[in-house]
Amino acid sequence: MVDIREVSVDELRHLVSDRAMTGETMLLNMGPQHPSTHGVLRLLLELDGEVVVNVIPDIGFLHTGVEKNMESKNYQQSEVMTDRLDYLNPMGNNLVYCLAVEKITELDVPPRAQAIRVILAELQRISSHLLWLGTSALDLGAMSMFLYCMRERELVLDIFELVSGQRMMTTFIRPGGLWRDVPVEFETSVRDFLKAMPRRIQEYEDLLEKNEIFLDRTKGIGILTAEDCYQYGLTGPVLRGSGVAHDLRKKEPYSGYELYKFDVPVHPEGDVYARYRVRVEEMTQSLRIIEQALNKLPFGPVRSNNRKYVPPPRSEIGVSMEALIHHFKLWTEGFTPPAGHVYVATESPRGELGVYMESDGSAKPYRVHLVTPTFSNLQAVPIMSKKHYIADLIGIVGSIDIVLGDADR
Amino acid sequence: MGLEQKAGNMGIVTTQLESLVNWSRTNAMWPMLFGLACCAIEMMAAQAADYDMSRFGMELMRASPRQSDLMIVAGRVSRKMAPVVRKLYDQMPAPKWVIAMGDCASCGGIFNNYAIVQGVDEIVPVDVYVAGCPPRPEGLIHGVLTLHEKVRKERFKDWA
Amino acid sequence: MSDHLQNTLVSIQSQHDVQVEEFRGEFTLFVKPENIQTLMLELRDQFSFNVCMDVTAVDYYPQETPRFHVIYQLYSMPNNIRLQVRTRLDGNSPRIDSVQHIFASTNWKEREVFDLFGIHFTGHPDLRRMVMPQDWVGHPLRKDYPLGYEEVQFTFNYDEIMINKPHPKD
Repeated sequence: MVDIREVSVDELRHLVSDRAMTGETMLLNMGPQHPSTHGVLRLLLELDGEVVVNVIPDIGFLHTGVEKNMESKNYQQSEVMTDRLDYLNPMGNNLVYCLAVEKITELDVPPRAQAIRVILAELQRISSHLLWLGTSALDLGAMSMFLYCMRERELVLDIFELVSGQRMMTTFIRPGGLWRDVPVEFETSVRDFLKAMPRRIQEYEDLLEKNEIFLDRTKGIGILTAEDCYQYGLTGPVLRGSGVAHDLRKKEPYSGYELYKFDVPVHPEGDVYARYRVRVEEMTQSLRIIEQALNKLPFGPVRSNNRKYVPPPRSEIGVSMEALIHHFKLWTEGFTPPAGHVYVATESPRGELGVYMESDGSAKPYRVHLVTPTFSNLQAVPIMSKKHYIADLIGIVGSIDIVLGDADR
Repeated sequence: MGLEQKAGNMGIVTTQLESLVNWSRTNAMWPMLFGLACCAIEMMAAQAADYDMSRFGMELMRASPRQSDLMIVAGRVSRKMAPVVRKLYDQMPAPKWVIAMGDCASCGGIFNNYAIVQGVDEIVPVDVYVAGCPPRPEGLIHGVLTLHEKVRKERFKDWA
Repeated sequence: MSDHLQNTLVSIQSQHDVQVEEFRGEFTLFVKPENIQTLMLELRDQFSFNVCMDVTAVDYYPQETPRFHVIYQLYSMPNNIRLQVRTRLDGNSPRIDSVQHIFASTNWKEREVFDLFGIHFTGHPDLRRMVMPQDWVGHPLRKDYPLGYEEVQFTFNYDEIMINKPHPKD
């Protein structure tokens, strides 16, 4: 299993142009371990000098077999695996999985849980965009951006640790609502964060906007038209950077997003700079949503009362026989939704994240398929990078914000 | 009376050869940039400003294996990636050490299936295992300091 | 159900041989594998379903005889409607036409379905394995493929498992 296998050129003959066979262009491997590929992505480059003629991405180096593994665990156990797919957006993955389970089982979610879900999902969006900004600016040469963005990210991770005990893989959003109620200090910490952030975002813009090298490396690079985006199924900031105002939080609102007022930033140029502007403005809009949700936060329970799917509180188990039986059934066998299939999609920081879930009436999901944005977005790298230099390719790959755990599942 | 006391203020220090070599190896151990999955994000957080790893000597992460001493395997290793990990380990010059960071690198973690190597010690010899999913940056720093203690105890016959 | 979706379903049902099912507000069209290309072309050009979000498959191995279902998730950007198209395929060397020239986003997704289920897409320009290594044997997501589970190591079976685990030589 550990032998090195040489790849012969015959396997790639149909992918590269004829000039590669004669030796006029060079085939170069930008391998799985590379500082700028944001994870284990292998790019096969066909180069004419320094100009890229063709790019062939090769993924699968992080394939985890999650879909098959979920078929042998019950619904609560397989939710833990969803955190680790798109590891910069674990709350978002939990949210889309829980929305799918709730759609099949027709569970109700109390309004307090929906509001807190929105707050946590938007905080997660801000932290994901901060990491994107840090690493892609680092690739383009602005090294201090990385340290600033990670410092901000620590504030968000402190809030997650306050709420659930874990910094990243929280599994806090469960079917029916949340795991438990947020502590009293949650509101003050979020308000402190909301006070500190706008000035920091302004600081990032000041650092990068007037920098000639940054502007030269991002304007006019990697242009994608809206028609290309439809053909390749691209969504998220890549689509909004090409002029299409498509955001699932507005078009198909879930978890109470229709109650909050926010704008969807759209830029028509379609290059790397437009996508950068879309993401920075999305961070400001997320702060707006969090503030509105926090001001309107209703009181009430945070998890549904339907004891067939949601475990009863520990205090009830000592006094009520039904509570004990429900608890026993949920912990040994797990809950059994009705048979059928659904497809639910939400807006993750990278694009449209969807779950196709099929249940056959037993306690284990029959088929769970995750439709991830990175898998579709990576297909567009070859068309975006024709006739650019290798240095531009780094900027392009950074601008579509790939996370390989998302692509390979 | 020892040699140092006779030499007075001349700036001479005497020590054992093993201590000197081990001290110099631990104080500037450069890790290789080898983040695979979620643990890589915590490794980056450990390198950044809040939990600074540079104070322990790991000033920069070298992308090239030929210029690094330490391979922190951060994340799950899939069957397609396993030959690459072995090749990178072979390309590192001796002395070299390996830290298996996180549950997936130590034992396969929560993924017990056809696609994940159950513990990276099936491929490369590991010196320190750090548990957690993902381990906190302080946990990783504790693992690095444990490795430093292990290196300080090495003797002549362990050197390659 | 929106008007556009109703018009679509009514006119497709009158021209092609399809069955329509509904579950939790989502609509599914069951179609024969031979007609998939004409149906997709018509849905894209006449009814403006211009994005194909996903191509995937499900395996019903012991229970049902057309063993595989191939599922296409379509989305209409101007009208904001989703539609699911399903076909049934047999288990012995399953083949279906590729829709890669209609929707370019299905290029990689069909490769992934080929890799994990073994369904062959005729007319696809580049059908190779995607997520598994190139020399892997078998198609992992079929129901008769084992999970590849390694027995958990406790103190009572520690030595037996250590003998069977591979170890590096240096």
